[in-house]
Amino acid sequence: MSNIPRAFADGKAFIAFVTCGDPDLGTTAAVVRAAAENGADLIELGIPFSDPTAEGPIIQGANLRALKGGVTTDRIFAMVRELRRDVRIPMVFMTYANVVFSYGTERFLSACREIGMDGLILMDVPFEEKEEFLPVCRKYGVDLISLITPTSENRIGMIAKEAEGFLYIVSSLGVTGARREISTDLSAIVELVRRSTNLPCAIGCGISTPAQAKQMSALADGVIVGSAIVQLLERYGKDAPAHVGAYVRSMKDAMR
Amino acid sequence: MTNPNGRFGIHGGQYIPETLMNAVIELDEAYQYYKKDPDFNRELAALLNEYAGRPSRLYYAKKMTEDLGGAKIYLKREDLNHTGAHKINNVLGQALLAQRMGKTRLIAETGAGQHGVATATAAALMGMECVVFMGEEDTVRQALNVYRMRLLGARVVPVRSGTATLKDAVSEAMREWTSRISDTHYCLGSVMGPHPFPTIVRDFQAVISREIREQLLEREGRLPDAVVACVGGGSNAIGSFYHFIGDRSVRLIGCEAAGRGTDTFETAATIATGRLGIFHGMKSYFCQDQYGQIAPVYSISAGLDYPGVGPEHAYLHDIGRAEYVPVTDEEAVSAFEYLARTEGIIPAIESAHAVAHALRLAPQMRRDNIIVITISGRGDKDCAAIARYRGEDIHE
Repeated sequence: MSNIPRAFADGKAFIAFVTCGDPDLGTTAAVVRAAAENGADLIELGIPFSDPTAEGPIIQGANLRALKGGVTTDRIFAMVRELRRDVRIPMVFMTYANVVFSYGTERFLSACREIGMDGLILMDVPFEEKEEFLPVCRKYGVDLISLITPTSENRIGMIAKEAEGFLYIVSSLGVTGARREISTDLSAIVELVRRSTNLPCAIGCGISTPAQAKQMSALADGVIVGSAIVQLLERYGKDAPAHVGAYVRSMKDAMR
Repeated sequence: MTNPNGRFGIHGGQYIPETLMNAVIELDEAYQYYKKDPDFNRELAALLNEYAGRPSRLYYAKKMTEDLGGAKIYLKREDLNHTGAHKINNVLGQALLAQRMGKTRLIAETGAGQHGVATATAAALMGMECVVFMGEEDTVRQALNVYRMRLLGARVVPVRSGTATLKDAVSEAMREWTSRISDTHYCLGSVMGPHPFPTIVRDFQAVISREIREQLLEREGRLPDAVVACVGGGSNAIGSFYHFIGDRSVRLIGCEAAGRGTDTFETAATIATGRLGIFHGMKSYFCQDQYGQIAPVYSISAGLDYPGVGPEHAYLHDIGRAEYVPVTDEEAVSAFEYLARTEGIIPAIESAHAVAHALRLAPQMRRDNIIVITISGRGDKDCAAIARYRGEDIHE
């Protein structure tokens, strides 16, 4: 079992996503620290991929900027190792299957344990393909996080029963990115998840405002915010950490 | 050939976001049902014959055979199909399937534009809405096909992300499908992507090898010694190979686009230069860097300009049943010109990659040997680009 439950131990969890290396790894590390200091309970570190097929334009842009800047999986591991000297909250990687597979699944996960990562989210690995990664994740004590989407329907029980860490509930159809309104019946989905597991549920995808954070956290155990944070990085670049800190504070306050 | 979980050896699978899982499961169930449904098959056969113009000719290329002085050469004329390429075989099947599933909207990716044109055509015929995603780079290279799609009532969305070519068009079509599943079928154009696409597309394209077999048995009373086809994702190649896989005497040869050469970075020869990976829903071979970032590939042919290859080809390569050879831009362009002059047939630049390899192969074979080359499409769309390649300032 990883440290992930700690993120949900003290009230509703705020989960912050950031794409590593946009605009550079020094800024990523500063953003992680700013988020942690301002109340983030868990950090999702995106390892950029050349072709992020589940991502909307905002995170696609961050992926491409980071890769153009020369970020690599090894450099991200080095950044995490350095972050772990003072950042104690749980952290998970979020990326695509080929980044892990091509690095060598065993080699990737053994590095995750060594540098202190708690979990892994693979956007293009559904329940049917998890055996490719799950045994190795277990071997190194890294939780493989499962996603549930508005189209999961009859699959929810099956996924939730075998889930680890927390359940990532995708609020809307389509790719990542801020949405004005979330129309999915999320309480019904959370209800179905709860029937099959005691693991915490976090809702992500499309959440950007404190009002949405308040509304979504009432339905689940936590909220995940990605594109809104990545947008601050796009706008402020190296000056983004202070803005991200203030933003995380406002979101966390709204959820109390 | 397909395992129940959509694997070809270690290749294939369903590496896609959870959002799409029920859509591919629904598609697989519908396909399993309708492929055995006599009404469905009758309607598809009628469309292929009456509308697309099948069976396509198996033409004995006498002048080419005499000129090369080796094996007897036959051309499987998929270029004579309605819309000018083999793509229509798969599209009519998928559009009919989508209609049976109650879908009213088709989306597709396209590289050279042939699959986009075929999809727009089927959508027009069946009264469905159609949106085609095409790399911006390709909309420039294949401007005429963009106009054809619009003429047929489709909306063409230029894709600017990444390298703005075929792989980005596939990514964008997948993103679109993720956001709108209930009324939309993703009409994938090659034997790639998540299961069941590689199997569905292969089955709809297998009509090519079924006909080659029948036609050649009737003409020559025997099977060919080699079948040669170009490979991007690999749909015309798998269609040309499929009914010969069990006949070990028939060499199956796929021709990959080597671009400026497999020793350069400007290549799209996946089996020659790629390695095992997971992308666009499948495990297969991909051109990628050491960290698994998909490589920007290059070929003069927009239809072969893709960094991966279909999982069944990866498997046929692994078990040594099919051979995959690289063909450069220069060789393909020379073959394009050769076939035009020698047989009066202008092949698609994609198909010219297969012709180029046959030019190397035929002279090494005996006169009683037989090579079948699949001419997957016609080359009208390529004339301006080839003229420019040869230094002539022609614009469409």
